[in-house]
Amino acid sequence: MSILLNKDSKIIVHGLTGAQGSFHAQQCMDYGSRIVAGVTPGKGGDRHLEVPVFDTAAYAVKTTGADTSLIFVPPPFAADSILEAAYAGIKVIICITEGIPVLDMVRVKKHLKRLASEGCPVTLVGPNCPGVITPGECKAGIMPGYIHKKGGIGVVSRSGTLTYEAVWQLTNSGLGQSTVIGIGGDPVQGMNFVDTLKLFKEDRETRAVVMIGEIGGSAEEDAARFISEHMTKPVFAFVAGKTAPPGRRMGHAGAIVEGNSGTHASKVKALKKAGVCVVENLSHIGGTAAAKLKPKVKAGKK
Amino acid sequence: MKLLEYEGKDIFEKYNIPLLKRFGVVRIGDSAESVKLGDCGPWVVKAQVLAGGRGKAGGVKIAKTRDEAYTHIKNMLGMKIVTHQTSGTALTVEEVLVESACEIEREIYLSVVLDRKEAAPVIIASAQGGVSIEELARTKPELIVRTPVDPLAGLMDFQARELAFALKIPKKNLRDFTELAKTITRIFMEVDASLVEINPLVITKDGRLLAIDAKIVTDDNALFRHKDLAAKPDHETSEIEKEAKEIGINYIGLDGNIGCMVNGAGLAMATLDTVKLAGGNAANFLDVGGGANVEQVTKAFQIILKDAKVKAILVNIFGGIMKCDNIAAGIVEATKKLKLNVPLVIRLEGTNVKEGKAILKDSGIKLDTADSLWEAAQKAVAAVARGEGRGERGEGAERGNSLP
Repeated sequence: MSILLNKDSKIIVHGLTGAQGSFHAQQCMDYGSRIVAGVTPGKGGDRHLEVPVFDTAAYAVKTTGADTSLIFVPPPFAADSILEAAYAGIKVIICITEGIPVLDMVRVKKHLKRLASEGCPVTLVGPNCPGVITPGECKAGIMPGYIHKKGGIGVVSRSGTLTYEAVWQLTNSGLGQSTVIGIGGDPVQGMNFVDTLKLFKEDRETRAVVMIGEIGGSAEEDAARFISEHMTKPVFAFVAGKTAPPGRRMGHAGAIVEGNSGTHASKVKALKKAGVCVVENLSHIGGTAAAKLKPKVKAGKK
Repeated sequence: MKLLEYEGKDIFEKYNIPLLKRFGVVRIGDSAESVKLGDCGPWVVKAQVLAGGRGKAGGVKIAKTRDEAYTHIKNMLGMKIVTHQTSGTALTVEEVLVESACEIEREIYLSVVLDRKEAAPVIIASAQGGVSIEELARTKPELIVRTPVDPLAGLMDFQARELAFALKIPKKNLRDFTELAKTITRIFMEVDASLVEINPLVITKDGRLLAIDAKIVTDDNALFRHKDLAAKPDHETSEIEKEAKEIGINYIGLDGNIGCMVNGAGLAMATLDTVKLAGGNAANFLDVGGGANVEQVTKAFQIILKDAKVKAILVNIFGGIMKCDNIAAGIVEATKKLKLNVPLVIRLEGTNVKEGKAILKDSGIKLDTADSLWEAAQKAVAAVARGEGRGERGEGAERGNSLP
């Protein structure tokens, strides 16, 4: 088991024929992911990277039976692609695109809520994220596949390269990953920490979770509340942005401290109070997790 | 992007939000008399800076006579302003707005912001305006009214009425208020704002409802569909930050002396934290982006070195799609081209890291490598402490040159 993606996931790539889409779709295919089609309006009927291209997501889904979307469409059109996938019946939508206007995402969220209330729940990951990978089975995103290793740690993060850093440390410490999810750095996004923690909690393969947060918003505080009330597995965390000056947007649109909300101190305090092992030094996250988990993992294997 | 008061009011005017009569904006270098003051006062002269609390800092002055108004304009231009929102640094007043003054009966706070958690706009209002809303939220949270806005339907009439009654708007101004509340919600959606704030919204002694101030913050990601906003100068970004932005580099200047070059915003933030943990201070946040090439690495170094405070550079790259050997080649080329004269500590990890490290080693360039971010940060801090930075060297070279 794993969450969101496995070896049977059938993926369509929105923007497959573009430079970004082509490059990363090829990488995903090389990793073993089942990319079954592309969607590019106006290029329906073509073949690209040896898969068919469709004009619309609806037709692609109908023809291929795809259940997952991977979106590389440029920012002005990306929100529309998310909705197109959602209304075509896709269940997991992963949007890599960076720079989507916040209010576009606000409208998207409203539509997704409506769909959920009508009995058609859709899971959105991102936007502005590295994607999702279930090591050894399926990669839908832009992360380098080889740094991952199959195993029992669920990883969830708001940042791209910061996730790679954490994953690489885990892999080098002998801890493989069940699924690694980049939820993205935008203020309005699909899945949040709580949504992923719920899935990791239920996933039999996941033994512990590593959570990489950052300043801005209240997602880490919400996660802390969920962890203290419901989480049954150990959680390790790092929160980036301790030294970021207030009021400045640190690359991610979401990483901004406004007033007293979203500070590093409030997040760390909440997480520690919830029993999370918060690592101050990023370079120690893999080692810390290994030191605390390894004896247990070995015992479990016997 | 944060808009100045008069830029916000330009937008308000287009939407027919009731405003005071504006006489004009005077810029530093203009003569105060260039603004025509009309027939009769009183006037108010307001410093155009991107910070709340300017009134207390002397940035808002009432003038009863023309001479007084001109004196205020002259005094205010070039003035330094420090408020609770400027985080200790002083802002220079480069523009002042002159408008007519009014007699205020009541002050109300009204804003539309993005509620991240609900993923929807929300109106935040209080019958007690004119004060800092942060302060009010802390001391009297019961005085703050929140009205969620449906992003697809906008603010509905009944919600606007509910809000008016909650704020005890006089019957006479009810219709004006509900119209205004709906309009600023529309402005929020139509200009892609993350904040539209009127503080204060006033009821004057003669019974008019007026927006006395305007604060609009817009979403940079949406500038592609707002050509008028995109053409405006960004008052908050420094020259060096703008230059970086043009070539796809995300740079923010900070106070320390260790220049940082990192790929990815999250990792860049974590790098600053690690430098601090090692006992140093970063001079900047710099994200070279996902697909940096030789040209961008060179530019990134150039930008870092424009900051005279920089005494060492730390490069932290986690190669994913971006290959370490390419980055290493870029670093070598950039270092040679720029005749880099500050200690350089490089931490490479990820795709083709062995090849990357070999390129650095074979280049013969004086640099330090590290296997972890923590090691790199410690080495950079140590390099600064040893005083190998260009400050010392630069002065030495100058002295050397001056010898006969």
